[in-house]
Amino acid sequence: MTTSFRFDPAELPPEARELRQEVRAFLAAEAEAGTFSPHRGKGGFSREFSRKLGARGWIGMTWPKKYGGHERSQLERYVVTEELLAAHAPTRAHSTADRQSGPVILRYGQEEIRQQILPRIAAGELCFCIGLSEPNSGSDVFAASTRATKTDGGWLVNGRKIWTSNAHEADYMIALLRTSPSTKENRRHGLTQFLVEMKTPGIATRPIINLTGGHDFNEVVFDDAFLPDSPLLGEVDMAWKQATDELAYERSGPDRWIETLSALTELVRVAGDEPSEHLAEGIGRQIAHLATLRRMSLSVAGMLQAGKTPAVESAVVKDLGTNFEQALPDKVRLLAPPPGDAQPDGNDDRFEEALRYTTLIAPKLTIQGGTREVLRGIIARGLGLR
Amino acid sequence: MSDATDDIIVDTATRIFQDLCLPATINDAEKGVWPKALWDALEASGLTVAWVAEDLGGAGAAMADGFAVLRAAGRFAAPVPLAETLMAGWLLARAGIPAPGGPLTIAPVHADGDIALGGDGRLAGRARRVPFARNAAHIAVLVRRGDERAVALVAASGLPISHDQSLAGEPRDTVSFDGATPETVKPTDINLDMLQRLGAAVRSQQIAGALEKILEQSVQYALDRSQFGRPIAKFQAVQHNLATLAGEVAAAGAAADLAAEACAGTDFGIAEIAIAKVRAGEAAGNGAAIAHQVHGAMGFTYEHTLHHATRRLWSWREEFGNEAVWATRLGQLVAAEGADRLWPFVTQHT
Repeated sequence: MTTSFRFDPAELPPEARELRQEVRAFLAAEAEAGTFSPHRGKGGFSREFSRKLGARGWIGMTWPKKYGGHERSQLERYVVTEELLAAHAPTRAHSTADRQSGPVILRYGQEEIRQQILPRIAAGELCFCIGLSEPNSGSDVFAASTRATKTDGGWLVNGRKIWTSNAHEADYMIALLRTSPSTKENRRHGLTQFLVEMKTPGIATRPIINLTGGHDFNEVVFDDAFLPDSPLLGEVDMAWKQATDELAYERSGPDRWIETLSALTELVRVAGDEPSEHLAEGIGRQIAHLATLRRMSLSVAGMLQAGKTPAVESAVVKDLGTNFEQALPDKVRLLAPPPGDAQPDGNDDRFEEALRYTTLIAPKLTIQGGTREVLRGIIARGLGLR
Repeated sequence: MSDATDDIIVDTATRIFQDLCLPATINDAEKGVWPKALWDALEASGLTVAWVAEDLGGAGAAMADGFAVLRAAGRFAAPVPLAETLMAGWLLARAGIPAPGGPLTIAPVHADGDIALGGDGRLAGRARRVPFARNAAHIAVLVRRGDERAVALVAASGLPISHDQSLAGEPRDTVSFDGATPETVKPTDINLDMLQRLGAAVRSQQIAGALEKILEQSVQYALDRSQFGRPIAKFQAVQHNLATLAGEVAAAGAAADLAAEACAGTDFGIAEIAIAKVRAGEAAGNGAAIAHQVHGAMGFTYEHTLHHATRRLWSWREEFGNEAVWATRLGQLVAAEGADRLWPFVTQHT
């Protein structure tokens, strides 16, 4: 008997290999046409680009065809996702909907809502945000207090969500709202998931500028915002039962270890084809981490495809992955040849840009989507320690 | 690596280790007592010739099966040359030489090894830190005959062997082959680098197994040991250390499997094996440190069994190229392909 977590090897089917070549050819053509700059290291926001992906069938890939999906495997979806991320393609307009919101609607939405929303996500037309955190409820998700009060034909919402990525661009939010007080027996009781149309009167979005100077997250204020009954996702007061499964999708993906890859790529570029042994060793160490993480992440996709819910394995991948991607800019910084006036402008500047950007975003990587501390708690529970 | 045959073979190995590889067996082996019952059971089950084709007297198992057995052997800190016998059997079989019975080992084990076979049919040269040489009945030696490579099967008895040991207390002996006449010599397509690669893949797998063991021991110890009025497993700092250890164990296992798969192919991919030895080697150091921290002073005693695994982890990570050696090779490969091929390199080799 062993306490170790199991990461079954996943082999990509032949169709996934063909698909990878298709995605690479598409990305090369888009980069050539100037749609995005693969070496900037920042995946941007572009509804136009998302619609192009939707037209190619690369959003909602695993969903049923009757909801606009393509009934392809988790492994094929994985291949598309990692290629888009590795190329730093602008996927932010649809990535949340594709990864998290769509699957929640598919699983818990009423039929009418599924038919109405899912095909539009798959077409790349809808941007989603996730309303979880609140000013007094960060890692402690189930302490949410933004209230939905039953009224004639629907609900009245009051309160505030915060750190909501893309709220200022989003068409919809999936919000976790308090519909009853928690109980003594279950402090997670009393929360319900709602599909919220962001244009609803009574919802105001305020930007929060992050330390890179960028505008990604927001504060969202609900002031007597009225929601009809139909967009309820799952049972009233029972969201705590639903929230856990989806984490396997959120936590193990390539976005959890690939975000600072540009620092390593640009280091290899300035290193040239015959680097010093010291530099080669440094590069090799990071490649070993990267490759191992990719294998583990792919393994989770394979387990999802096999119908398993590897929730703890996903937490392991995210903990290892975010620690890796967070540390990477710092490792790279100390390996790089010192800047000099003799170096050609292009490569050196690209390296500088990648290093600055990845250094600045590094702190958030072990916070967003579940902090390191939360993840280690989940892993510890999986080990039987709590 | 989870098909039915694999499971049966691993179950067989695990049962043998459970019955015959006890803490006392490991301590006695360090004192020089040959664990005869353990070895005989492994040999009788055919596990020792897993990588030898049936027509050469072996079990003809898949490479993956042998690696899975070595993971189990690593878990139990089996103080026998099972890995070395598997590698020797493989080296001999690839040259068409049937495996002799008994424990085997291989030489040379270093990248600069050089044993020459002269026109008179006699060997010249020595090999350092040969694992379990004093216990081996035969040694499979990769030799240089002029410009060609050959495999020589050499009886160990009569060879001058000077004893040394790894920091895990396992035999790592210096063997002089000067003047020795091999029993059999056959040409081979295997070179020293391939032998190094196989060795690195094997040690990665053993490391993965030993890491599984120390995770299990550390979790159990944390649940059993009480301080400040409660099991130390209830302290968040301890939980987070163990969660980190679990991550290292998982990473080493995934990386070791990558190398095992590479060895099942014909090319023994350098990239895959380098990735595995670097990552497993790092995990060995990180993992052992956490396991010892959790065990406190108790784990620093000879009486406790934690060191059976941790000392092996520290010794195995050095052998057949440590992290620095393989990381340098890996980095050179990546640099030679260039920045724009970095991502395709990663997807191609995992």
